[in-house]
Amino acid sequence: MKPARFVYHAPTTLEATVQLLAELNVEAKLLAGGQSLIPMLNMRLVRPGHLIDLQHVSELAGIHERDGGIAIGAMTRQRQVERSPLVAERIPLLAEAVRHVGHLPIRTRGTIGGSIAHADPAAELPGVLLALDGTVHLVSVKGERTVAARDFFVDILTTAAEPDELVREVWFPRLPERSGSAWLEVARRHGDYALVGIGAVVTLADDGQAVAEARLCFISVAARPVRATQVEAALRGAPVTPATWRQAGALVQEELDPPADLHASAHYRRYVAGVLAERALELAARRAQEGAGR
Amino acid sequence: MSTNGVERKRIRLTVNGAPVEREVEARLLLSDFLRHELGLTGTHVGCEHGVCGACTVLVDGEPARSCLMFAIQADGHIVETVEGLAASDDALHPLQRAFWEKHGLQCGYCTPGMLMVLKAFLAENPNPTEGEVREAISGNLCRCTGYQNIVEAALEAARLLRQHS
Repeated sequence: MKPARFVYHAPTTLEATVQLLAELNVEAKLLAGGQSLIPMLNMRLVRPGHLIDLQHVSELAGIHERDGGIAIGAMTRQRQVERSPLVAERIPLLAEAVRHVGHLPIRTRGTIGGSIAHADPAAELPGVLLALDGTVHLVSVKGERTVAARDFFVDILTTAAEPDELVREVWFPRLPERSGSAWLEVARRHGDYALVGIGAVVTLADDGQAVAEARLCFISVAARPVRATQVEAALRGAPVTPATWRQAGALVQEELDPPADLHASAHYRRYVAGVLAERALELAARRAQEGAGR
Repeated sequence: MSTNGVERKRIRLTVNGAPVEREVEARLLLSDFLRHELGLTGTHVGCEHGVCGACTVLVDGEPARSCLMFAIQADGHIVETVEGLAASDDALHPLQRAFWEKHGLQCGYCTPGMLMVLKAFLAENPNPTEGEVREAISGNLCRCTGYQNIVEAALEAARLLRQHS
């Protein structure tokens, strides 16, 4: 047996799940799709006394419209998001990014809530949520609360969720009119963790000639997904020209301070981040002009 | 249910078309269940943490890594392994025939995973490009072939399967 022994729970309702979680607290781990947790169990990096399997809690699955955006239940598989026409139409940045999450046999099991709650700094979905200023909806026996993406991701594999809370739903707002988005990343192999990834959003001014608002969200460059806020500020009001995107790319290289690891040096990551920023902004702006990428 | 303090649960699932019922410990991986409990050793175990893809099987028709699932999670579901590919012992599935003819394997360790992921992929995309095939098998490591003949075999299998249908 690879993992250490644990007591298995398979609640069928959300109420029973939060009750169990309140009782077991830090003794329990929640099992969503298992694509990050089971490797850690197999290597015995984590040895929880209890495992609460969420797969039978039907209230946690599903994709629906809410408050002008799309709400996705925590147990919705990444593959379902990839195939959803609603997601493709309303949240194209998510549709584009989810294809980069692991490989096909990972996405068939992996869930939206699992990826958000795991908070791997190299994971795409937390980056998409932060780029879009989405929210995470938590539930516990004490009630529900909503946490903005910018407050949710705290550190490596660390979120604002308390041990007795579970991610019920993730909400992705729709972008304003005249917006376009783009997800780009560099990985050694399609589906591997990104060495650097970026989600860019460009919203054009009424005349279409200037940037009303730009957003740049990076993964794999820090302990959590990060927005390049200084570059975003510099882009406000800038003309929609190749020079603007090139300058933004250079500014990104100044603002970011990525770590070095086995896979890439800090210098390489910073360089790639700048190049990807230039490309992603150009692509997002073009999609905004074409009205194709909101 | 408990034996020597070890919690065991009864699961019922369908494996390669046949109903299966067993009592399992919750921590038993689906890969180990298939190999040790059912004797289906065609599902190979490589890294056992979701990187190599050798243990890929189909769960309800979708490819999944059986080392990243507990057998208990497959309760009530339909599992297909490489043993279920061919219609009979003396026949080859078109995917297997294509791998044979195009020399899509050397040591064969990665082959069951390759075949299973391609079965699901070609069912959804019967006429793929080479690039799409490469993306489909990107989660399956092969250390012998350099992938070239695997990709050719996959494209040949797609042709064979289109002729069949």
